[in-house]
Amino acid sequence: MTSTNQDPVLVVLQLSGGNDILNTVIPYNDPLYVDNRPNVRIPTDQVIPINDDLGFNPNMAPLKPLWDQGNMAIVQGVGYPNPNRSHFRSMDIWHTCEPDKIAEEGWLGRAIRDLDPNKENVLTGVNFGRGLPRALAAPGVPVASVGSLETYGVLTSIEQEEKRSEALNIFSRMYSPTMGQGPVFDYLSQNGMDALTGADILATAPGKYSSSVEYGASSTSQYMRNIAQVHCAGLGTRILYTTAPYNSFDTHATQMTAHANLITDVSTMVSDFYADLKEHNASENVLLLVFTEFGRRVHDNGSGTDHGSGGAAFLFGDKVKGGLYGEYPSLEADKLLDGDLHFNNDFRGLYATILEDWFGLDAQPIVNGNFEKMDFIAK
Amino acid sequence: MAEADIQLMAHLMRRAGFGATYEELERRAAVGYEETVEQLLHPENEQDLTMDVMQRYMHGWRDMNSIMANQAYWTYRMVNSSRQLEEKLCLFWHGIFCVGDSKCMAANQILVQLNNFRKDGLGNFENLLLGLSRDPAMLYYLDNQLSHKEAVNENWGRELLELFSMGVGMDGQANYSEDDVKACAEAFTGWTIGNAIPRYPYGRYDNSFLYNQYDHSEDNKTFLGEQGNFNGDDVVKIIAKQPSTARFISRHLYNFFVADEPQVPAWQTTPPRDPEAIELLEKTYFESGYEIRSMLRVLFNSDFFKNARFAKVKSPTEVVINTLRLRGDFTIPKPKIYDPAMEIRYMGQDLLNPPTVEGWHTGKEWIDSGTLVERVNYTAGEMGDINSPGIRSIINRVAEQGSSISAEQLLDGCLEMLGGYSLTDDTRALLLENAGKNGDISTGSDEFAEQVGETLQLIVSTQEYQFT
Repeated sequence: MTSTNQDPVLVVLQLSGGNDILNTVIPYNDPLYVDNRPNVRIPTDQVIPINDDLGFNPNMAPLKPLWDQGNMAIVQGVGYPNPNRSHFRSMDIWHTCEPDKIAEEGWLGRAIRDLDPNKENVLTGVNFGRGLPRALAAPGVPVASVGSLETYGVLTSIEQEEKRSEALNIFSRMYSPTMGQGPVFDYLSQNGMDALTGADILATAPGKYSSSVEYGASSTSQYMRNIAQVHCAGLGTRILYTTAPYNSFDTHATQMTAHANLITDVSTMVSDFYADLKEHNASENVLLLVFTEFGRRVHDNGSGTDHGSGGAAFLFGDKVKGGLYGEYPSLEADKLLDGDLHFNNDFRGLYATILEDWFGLDAQPIVNGNFEKMDFIAK
Repeated sequence: MAEADIQLMAHLMRRAGFGATYEELERRAAVGYEETVEQLLHPENEQDLTMDVMQRYMHGWRDMNSIMANQAYWTYRMVNSSRQLEEKLCLFWHGIFCVGDSKCMAANQILVQLNNFRKDGLGNFENLLLGLSRDPAMLYYLDNQLSHKEAVNENWGRELLELFSMGVGMDGQANYSEDDVKACAEAFTGWTIGNAIPRYPYGRYDNSFLYNQYDHSEDNKTFLGEQGNFNGDDVVKIIAKQPSTARFISRHLYNFFVADEPQVPAWQTTPPRDPEAIELLEKTYFESGYEIRSMLRVLFNSDFFKNARFAKVKSPTEVVINTLRLRGDFTIPKPKIYDPAMEIRYMGQDLLNPPTVEGWHTGKEWIDSGTLVERVNYTAGEMGDINSPGIRSIINRVAEQGSSISAEQLLDGCLEMLGGYSLTDDTRALLLENAGKNGDISTGSDEFAEQVGETLQLIVSTQEYQFT
C-alpha cells in the first residue's frame, strides 16, 4: 500500500480521568440537571445553546464555529455494558475493545497492522507522549513514541552535537544487518534501523512547517501542534495519538475551576489544530476523535463529581457530518444506572464507523464483534 | 583475583539480583561463588531495608495508596536492598502470579502480595500457592469473590491451573481437562474477601481473606483423577504433586534465571531448550519437598547456568535497576524517586500493572523500535554521567592501567568494569576505532574522563549490551 497525503488520517486526543459530560454538553433546560448539581453546575445564562435542550460549556466557545459549520459531531451516551468505574480498567476496555477479559492488543495497533501489513512505513502510527498507550500496542507493529518532536531521536542523551553525530554514525553501523549472529540479534538490528529511520524522517517535520497559528503552552497543546507538523510534512502517517496528562479530568474536588481550565485548554487546542490544518490546506483527510473513559456521577459531591459511566465522544473534520448522534441519556432517577448516566451507544460502534467508513478496513476482527455503526462520516 | 571469577560473579549477580559494581563483585568473589549463592538464598541473614527511610523522605507515601508511590518504593528497594535475590524473586513471582493495578480494590493491596512473595517466595511451593489462593488482591483480580456455591466463577480456578502451576500441557499432551477446571473452581467457592475495617477515621486497612463455609460447595468432586469432598487446600495439595507442576515451575525458573525460552503458551508443544537442565530441576522439586530454594541452589551452581551468559534479553526493570546500581547514587529516596519506574514503563514494563494475567512476554518481545530508543537513550544518558560516583569509580579503575593506555585497554577496561561484557568482532572493531581516534590515551589528561564516558555510552548502546 502506498500512502499519499490524501489517505485518510485519524488523530486521537484522549482525555484521561473521566470528563464530566453533564458540564460539557449541558442539558440546561432540564430541571433534573439543576436538582442534581447544587454545587457543580454551569448557570443557565452562561451556557452556549446548541439547541433547545443542550448547550456548550461557556469555555467551549472556540468550538462553536466548528459546530455551526457542521464539522463537529457529538456522540452521546457512549459507553459499554456493565461499566467499570476504575480509570485504568475502563481505559483498557476502550483501548482493547475487550470489556470481559483483560486483553493485550490495542484497536489502533491492529488498525496500523491492517493499514500497513508489510510494514513499509515505520511511521504509520505515531504517539506523542512517552510510553505507548495500549490502544496502539500490537506485537510486531512499530509505533514511534515521541516525547518531544524537537528533540526526538536515538542517543539524544548525548548532549554535544558533534559527539552525538559520531555516536549515531557508530550506532547505525553497529545495527546494520550482519550475518550469522542469530535471530534475536537480527531482530534487534531491524528495530535499531527502524528507530533510526523513523527518527530521521520525523526530524524533518518541524523544518518543513511554519504556521501563523500559535498553540497554547500546555503539553497537550504542544503535542497537537506536533501532530499538525507531522501530518503537514506528508510522512504517510495515518494514526496520530496523544493524551491529556495523567488523569487530569478526574475532578473529584474543586471541579468548577479545574474543569473550566481543562475545557478551555481542549477547546482552544482543537480549534487551533483545525485552523492550522486549514491554513496548510491539509484538513480534508483528517478525522479527529476526542474521547474519555467514562462520564461522571450525575449528582455532585459538594465540590466535584465521582466516577460515572456513559459519556460522550467528539469528532471533528471536514468530512464529519456535524450534529448529535445517539441520545442524551435521561437524568430521571429510575433511568440511571447506580446514579450514573446510562450508555445507549456502544463505543465499539463508534470505532467500527471509523475503521470501516473512514479507513475502509474490516472492523469486526479489530473491535471483536459486530456493533451498530453511526452515520457521522460523509460519503 | 582471577578475572574469570569476577566475570562469573557478575553473571550471578545480574541474574540472581540486579547487577553489581565492580567493587561489590570483587568483594563477593573473594567470599567465593558457592558461598555467595548461599548468602543470596538466605536473605533472612541480611539486614532488611527498612521502611523508615522512605517514610522520612516521602512522608505519607503509603497513605497515597497509589501505583506510582508503590512503584517508587519497589524500585528504590530493588536498587538498595542487600537482599538482592529476594527482590529478584519477588519480580519473578510478580510476573507469573499476576495481579494488576488496573483491577484491584486498592493499590496497596498489591504491596501485601509482594510482601508474601518476599516471605514465602524461596520456600515450599505448595505453601506459596496456598498463600496466593488466600491473597485478597488475587481473589479480586480473578473474581473469586464472585464465585458462589450456586454460581461458580471459573476465572481463578482456570488460571490457577493454566498460568500459576501446571500449564495447559507438556510433551504435546494436555495437563488437565475442562472438568478439572470446573472441579478446581468449585473447590474454591467460599474463598472470598472479608469486609475491611471502615476507612474512617484512621485510613484504609488492608483487606483480609475470608472463608465463607456457607458459600462453599460441599459436593463430591473429581479432580485430576482423585475423588473427594475437596476444598481449596486439597486442590493445592494435589496440584503440587503433579509432574506437570514440577515441569512448569522448572521452565519458569529456567526462563527467568538461565536463558530465554519460547513464550509460555508454546510450552505444551515446544520442548525445553535444555531438557537435561529441566529434568534436574524437576527432580530437585520433588526431592526437596517442593522447595524453591533448593531448586535455585541447584540452578545457580550448575554448569548450564554458568555457561548461559548473555543468553537472555534484559527486561526493562533489569536495564534501569542495573544502571542505577552501577551509578551508585540512588541511595536515598530523593525527589526523583518516581523516575525509575517511569523509565521502566516507557521501556514497556509497567510494574504492578502487567498487561494481562499472562504477565509480560519476555525475551526479544521486550524490544520494539520505540522501546529500544528508550533503552539506548536512557542507559547512554545515565552511564555517560561522569560525575556520578559509580562512573567516577570506573574511570579511576580504568586509569590504573597506566599513564598512557591503548584503545584496547580503554575498551576492555570499560567492558570489564560493567561486568565482563563481550562484543562481536564487528562491534568491537567499531568501538576500538572510536576509542583510538585521537591516538594514545593519556589517563592523566583532562579529556580522559569524557573518553571513558563516551566509551561507556557506546557500549550500552550496542545490541550486545541488551543481553544479560
